[in-house]
Amino acid sequence: MELVALAVLVWVGGWLINRRLANGTQAETRAVQLAVPAIFGLTLLLVWELLVRGLEVPLVILPAPSLIAARFAASLPLLWQDFSQTILKGALGGYVIGCAAAFVVAILVDRSDFLRRGLLPVGNFVAALPIVGTAPILVMWFGFDWQSKAAVVVVMVFFPMLVNTVAGLRETDQMQRDLMHTYAASYWQSLLKLRLPAALPFVFNGLKISTTLALIGAIVAEFFGSPTVGMGFRISTSVGQLALDMVWAEIVVAALAGSLFYGLVALLEKSLTFWHPSQRS
Amino acid sequence: MRSLVAVLTVVAGIVGIWYLACVPMNIKGVLDAAERAGEQVQPMTAKERRDASAFGLVAKNGFAISRVWSVERPRLPAPHQVAVELWKTTVLKKVTSKRSLIYHGYVTLSATLMGFGIGTVLGIALAVGIVHSKVMDMSVMPWAIVSQTIPIIALAPMIIVVLYSIGVQGLLPKAIIAAYLSFFPVVVGMVKGLRSPDHMQLDLMKTYNASGNQVFWKLRLPSSMPYLFASLKIGIAASLVGAIVGELPTGAVAGLGARLLAGSYYGQTVQIWSALFGAAILAAVLVALLGLIERVLLGRMGVKS
Repeated sequence: MELVALAVLVWVGGWLINRRLANGTQAETRAVQLAVPAIFGLTLLLVWELLVRGLEVPLVILPAPSLIAARFAASLPLLWQDFSQTILKGALGGYVIGCAAAFVVAILVDRSDFLRRGLLPVGNFVAALPIVGTAPILVMWFGFDWQSKAAVVVVMVFFPMLVNTVAGLRETDQMQRDLMHTYAASYWQSLLKLRLPAALPFVFNGLKISTTLALIGAIVAEFFGSPTVGMGFRISTSVGQLALDMVWAEIVVAALAGSLFYGLVALLEKSLTFWHPSQRS
Repeated sequence: MRSLVAVLTVVAGIVGIWYLACVPMNIKGVLDAAERAGEQVQPMTAKERRDASAFGLVAKNGFAISRVWSVERPRLPAPHQVAVELWKTTVLKKVTSKRSLIYHGYVTLSATLMGFGIGTVLGIALAVGIVHSKVMDMSVMPWAIVSQTIPIIALAPMIIVVLYSIGVQGLLPKAIIAAYLSFFPVVVGMVKGLRSPDHMQLDLMKTYNASGNQVFWKLRLPSSMPYLFASLKIGIAASLVGAIVGELPTGAVAGLGARLLAGSYYGQTVQIWSALFGAAILAAVLVALLGLIERVLLGRMGVKS
């Protein structure tokens, strides 16, 4: 009971600290802006830990964060294997193939006004569909190993990437294109020097949407059949064995991988589109 | 009008490629069946054919091409096979039948809509809180944004099993998954929308001596609607995916996800494809419905689109 009371106390304490910080004079500094969400996250973890211990929640319902951390530290080699199978091979492989293919198709499509008019609505439509459902079909075609997961990822990222790139290639206005024309620029010159750079913010938007989709595709496809390694496999079998600490450890890996992947793409965007208004602050 | 022609051309192109792809995909199965029926096939044994390339087989066995579009359990069913299966399992079957796609679609749809409703209401509530409280904004908002980059759908199997172990099953676990998947997009979109009025407009409200409540109801909420609908469309698609994935781990007997899983267990490819198209049609209808509501609502509010 004391632990539950302590949990309430921690919650109130964390909130009070954050209130002081957020309404204080330093609220706009970078340190405070990082500290407040960090304190909130820590408070949440502490409350979770104390509540699970205080109320004696069984492991099969919700393991305490300390248990998850212990499990995480103890099974690092296993987690690394799953990570390299699912993320490095399945998700990343599919991501590179899918985004590259969509990029090339977008440049080809852009040459024909007719094709663009036809493909954009279709692409927008397909991008909203539950594409993960193709996983059982692709597992049947490409086998249980990572190739089938990469194939699911290719299908998932292709259309969001295509739609964004095609939209980006339309970004230049008549004036700019006329200027290139007066320079007697060839198609390739105006593509490389004007239209591709102008399309970059859109391209990166597509790339950023695709990072999450790639992870979702690779993990969910493993629910439909996989070798005995991989994050989706580990999650579904550990759930079956009620080893929830392992499931949570995998989710931590997925969360870290997801934010890292997104962060890397965002960093690349920052360095390549430094000129765009959205990057200037 | 020109766009319609273009779209139809592209769709026709995709269907054409699909029909063509059936030839190399299904040729081996067709030849195996022909061999069993005692016909002359090049090369003779199944073992040799397994190693041969699909295109070579097509070239050597021209007579078999006409059969690749009507295989019983094809690797890639032809479009008309999927269409026939869809027609048979929706229109010709009774709605209450376990083999009716409408029944399965309804099971998934009810979980999707329930979860979507819960997620949207909670998401809007949190967004209102975030806009009005600086503490909440600074503590919660970064986490809501980070959650968009994480495959939180990986939690789905665990939620199903944990709730099952404490006796909750049926609609609710799937709805919870659908709810949290639609929750975060709605929070992020709604916060953006509620913040979209610019200084001029807020200052104008101030000169009218408007109270906080009035600013919210007359300025912030109306101007957030386009943002809200954009994220609702993302949210409902995510909810549907969540409901489908939520049907996988317990080997559920009903729902589109269960249809997909059963089809992949028993090699019923036509069933998988029809379930997939069922899910796609459902998603398209839901998004289109939201788009229609958006048009009507924004039209009545006088927003020009």
